[in-house]
Amino acid sequence: MSVEIARHWRLNPQRYQLVGEECPHCGHKMFPPRDVCPECADNSHQPEFKFSGRGEVFSYSTVYNPPEGYEDNAPYTVALVKLEEGPLITAQLTDVRNDDVQIGMPVEMTTRKITTQGDEGLVIYGYKFRPQLAA
Amino acid sequence: MRDVSIIGIGQTPAGEHWDRSLRHLAYDALAAAMRDAGVERADALYVGNMLSGEISGQAHLGALVADFAGLRGAEAVKVEAACASAAAAFRQAYIGVASGLQDIAIAVGVEKMTDDVGSKLTAGLASAADADYEVIHGISFVALNALIMQRYMHEYHVQREDFANFAINAHANGVGNPNARFREAISREAFLKSNMVATPIGLLDASPMADGAAAVVLCPTEQAREFTENAVRVAGSALAIDSLSVHDRRDPLWLQAAETSAQKAYRQAGVGPQDIDFFELHDAFTIMAALSLEASGFAGRGKGTWLARDGEITPQGKIPIATRGGLKARGHPVGATGLYQIVEAAQQLRGEAGDNQLANARLGMTQNIGGSGATIVTHIFERVH
Ligand SMILES: [Zn+2]
Repeated sequence: MSVEIARHWRLNPQRYQLVGEECPHCGHKMFPPRDVCPECADNSHQPEFKFSGRGEVFSYSTVYNPPEGYEDNAPYTVALVKLEEGPLITAQLTDVRNDDVQIGMPVEMTTRKITTQGDEGLVIYGYKFRPQLAA
Repeated sequence: MRDVSIIGIGQTPAGEHWDRSLRHLAYDALAAAMRDAGVERADALYVGNMLSGEISGQAHLGALVADFAGLRGAEAVKVEAACASAAAAFRQAYIGVASGLQDIAIAVGVEKMTDDVGSKLTAGLASAADADYEVIHGISFVALNALIMQRYMHEYHVQREDFANFAINAHANGVGNPNARFREAISREAFLKSNMVATPIGLLDASPMADGAAAVVLCPTEQAREFTENAVRVAGSALAIDSLSVHDRRDPLWLQAAETSAQKAYRQAGVGPQDIDFFELHDAFTIMAALSLEASGFAGRGKGTWLARDGEITPQGKIPIATRGGLKARGHPVGATGLYQIVEAAQQLRGEAGDNQLANARLGMTQNIGGSGATIVTHIFERVH
């Protein structure tokens, strides 16, 4: 396994399933996982917590000058999503027109291609968020 | 702990220096500061820099710059804290002299950005943020600030237009600074029409990149008179951190590290925001100017733009900011910026600010921000002559 692939492979539980942690001491739910709880500094082993993937748009920005490797979708909209369990998460929005995005909009996680990196064209998949489908 | 003063200052113009490499730029500023102080040696050199590895393929700037400047007798090290590298380097020099371990310490901030204006630069700047959980999602450094600004406008019912005054003031002041990258005033119309980079941040919300270097020489205050009649005393110095990523902040609209470092600096100096005569803040984006004014105690929460609207940030106002153009007009050579701010504050307090000179400036404050608010360094300087 090349070091570049390892860097992404070890993040698969987060990228594909939003696996974070819940502090056994204060109950704080965190994404991504941490070795020390930022709220109470507890550093005992923290059990995994899988987030539902549902939340709402806390803030957003449409990017017109994308970084290298992200040009294909530009202009695209990135967002801070407030997960229903509490934490904020940074991600791209998808399946929505840039002009239709609003703060407070209900969104849900979906798995998509995020970028292609490096000379070998390493494709990285992971979470994006789309408008919640009406139940 | 010993009291510490600035006895020499130097800077290069901020701009495109095609003919000067990293080491030359650093030396230009450093040599100017040493000439100004009348010193020929130093015990220590702290080099503030962010991007030398990415842009110039050069690490290890402490030894490089010290050797190039004829300072082989000095200990030397690079200090990196993203866009706050230079003020962080200054603080290390301050600690060195205050501790008694060093008598003459020099801090120089240097950045060479125009050797790569493309993807390497964008990627290098983004490396101040969380690579695995922010940058991977196609978030540029501008976009991170844009996420903060969009939410700010939503929560506080502020329009993009309300931020124009920050850019207009900075550019008006930049006209009088011979070292500024842009020396032209801008109009409200130009601000409103400027192209979007990452909504709601337009081109004229953002500071321009630049090459540049700035430096200061420090010594114990009780020895300062041996060198100069124009010493500037370091009255307060503090550095604080917050989460690296915006999404991990308890409140993404509050610069906790600005509040913490400002409060520490106020306490050390024995003053409060009402005593500060001018404030060189980190206006990398207009939103950062507003947040900095609020967290440092100059404006209520959500009311940073009100100060700008009421003209209080201009040279005639209650708390002049960006008095020599700020990051917006002077330019933002990232790892050098914090020392430009400090050199400019020293110029004001020495009465050497030329067309930008404030009347009776006695206490000046500087604030240098790394990343989107993760490292914030606040200093208070006092005129003693
Ligand atoms: Zn906890």
